[in-house]
Amino acid sequence: MSRIAATFQRLRESKRKALIPFFTAGDPDRASTVPVMRALAQAGADVIELGVPFSDPMADGPTIQRASERALSKGTSLSSILEDVRAFRALDDSTPVVLMGYANPIEAMGVANFAERAHASGIDGVLVVDYPPEEAQDLLRALEGRGIDIIFLVAPTTTEARMREIANVARGYIYYVSLAGVTGARNLDLSAVEEKLARLRRLTSLPIGVGFGIRDGAAARSVAGFADAVVIGSALVERLEAAGPDDAARCAGEYIGSIRQAMDAK
Amino acid sequence: MRMHDLPDEKGHFGRYGGVFVAETLMAALEELKEAYFTSATDPAFQAEFEYDLKYYVGRPSPIYHAVRWSQHYGGAQLYLKREDLNHTGAHKINNVLGQAMLARRMGKPRVIAETGAGMHGVATATVAARFGLECAVYMGSEDVKRQAANVARMKMLGATVIPVESGSKTLKDALNEAMRDWVTNIDSTFYIIGTVAGPHPYPMMVRDFQTVIGRESKVQMQEMIGRQPDAVIACVGGGSNAMGIFHPYLAETSVRLIGVEAAGEGIDTGRHAATLCAGTPGVLHGNRTYLLQDADGQITETHSISAGLDYPGVGPEHAWLRDSKRAEYVSVTDDEALDGFHSLCRLEGIIPALESSHALAYAAKLAPTLGKDAVMLVNLSGRGDKDIHTVAARTGITL
Repeated sequence: MSRIAATFQRLRESKRKALIPFFTAGDPDRASTVPVMRALAQAGADVIELGVPFSDPMADGPTIQRASERALSKGTSLSSILEDVRAFRALDDSTPVVLMGYANPIEAMGVANFAERAHASGIDGVLVVDYPPEEAQDLLRALEGRGIDIIFLVAPTTTEARMREIANVARGYIYYVSLAGVTGARNLDLSAVEEKLARLRRLTSLPIGVGFGIRDGAAARSVAGFADAVVIGSALVERLEAAGPDDAARCAGEYIGSIRQAMDAK
Repeated sequence: MRMHDLPDEKGHFGRYGGVFVAETLMAALEELKEAYFTSATDPAFQAEFEYDLKYYVGRPSPIYHAVRWSQHYGGAQLYLKREDLNHTGAHKINNVLGQAMLARRMGKPRVIAETGAGMHGVATATVAARFGLECAVYMGSEDVKRQAANVARMKMLGATVIPVESGSKTLKDALNEAMRDWVTNIDSTFYIIGTVAGPHPYPMMVRDFQTVIGRESKVQMQEMIGRQPDAVIACVGGGSNAMGIFHPYLAETSVRLIGVEAAGEGIDTGRHAATLCAGTPGVLHGNRTYLLQDADGQITETHSISAGLDYPGVGPEHAWLRDSKRAEYVSVTDDEALDGFHSLCRLEGIIPALESSHALAYAAKLAPTLGKDAVMLVNLSGRGDKDIHTVAARTGITL
């Protein structure tokens, strides 16, 4: 069983929901990436989504754009991130790591080469924002048999027919984008999300995570009431930005720990 | 499949094109595709489009035989397709008119656009004013400085101009920001992309609206010289004016098709925007195409004297035409483009856009290698009024 599947099974058995923090690898600097990952896992993160910075992050709001620019200015690359994950794996063999980013860095490495190296580094899942299922065929084939799940987005605008297509190819979990907008937006409508999730549930038995616009423990707790996983991205990245390299791991752990507490409170 | 039947139903031109966008946009693109296909076969839509092209844009644009220019360079005859004479001064309005009609048909009250030199922004602001649509134009803050006159025009036409401060602060960043606006306001907003790039159906749709250039040219050349030209030459940034004039000629294999990219300060300096000459395939802005990128797949900064060519990607159909060798792609430097600019001013009394000056500069190189009976048709895609400050600064003219 994959690390992602094992994680969700364990959570189901203990009747808890997954907390999935996202941050951009190489931000605030390259040396802090592995310590931040460790701090997140220790604070109760169940899966870590590691952002691969791209020069033109079209689906991201200003917070993650700035994080990408900082990471790139420090020389972060897909290759350096795979090395970081390998280093993390040597210390933590159970927390799943999902790479999240854009197609071009993967295409520049070569899809087959990427799949091989990601497997060797201990990557568990890949989410490519600008690979809808229609364009993900090469990556799907390359990841096959390597134990790496391909994770797809479902959006508020996704039709039922498309939901069905996505459910057919998705592995690991499905990432439901909670609002029509970019990451870090502030117009979350939880009742609309809940309704859409109920429709998605009828089409898939995979766990469903919800992300975009979840900024605090109260929102995380509400989302955990109907979703299997809560993704926190921009709100964490803002804290890393404010903390700087030396304090990043501590701040990340403290913040994600507080979200964990809010989600688990009776 | 014949070359001119592309893209396929998934939007691919060979290995290029496609729909590389976040899931949130997929439904909107599907809706757009349906609206476009319905309109393309609707005689009422086509009749209105043609009416507006004639009476609002001022089409057909003439073809002009540049006799003194041809004598000066001492070889092939230069003919100019005068897209600079269109309303708003460039070919951009052909496409904007078509997309704005679609926006209205789809019930979208708001349009957005990205712009580099400002010509697409001005065309969008113009047509939005005429159709009573709310209009926001994203423009890199560097370009806002370079193209102050066009910024003023857009504002006078009632558009909101939003300077983009992210990344390199130029056209590609304006496109990123427009995409972010679109994904956030997807119900109310129609994104009028200005070139033959972006996700399917944009490269096909923009091309189709622009092919009026090539279709007119074929009729006009037949009338003027009784045959088609030996070479058709156009500048290529994103490549919409080039696709517009090339596409009707794709099946006429005796006609050379030559796209001219911006070599900036020289391709070997790294400061250029010659994507097809010096780039490699990748994925950006919703399609797979040639890109200027580093070994890690990060998009690199580009340079050109002309803001309209200052873009690290190119339309996917050009990528396909390059690989299949149906079209040739070459490049000229900033300095060569300036020579092309001045020659046309002084020999023919026509001030060309710096973008179009790249095509003229290549024609000037090609002309002496061809006989006097050879005919080159250059797409004069825009007029140069917007560039007078740039040219004056480079040549020491005080304004």
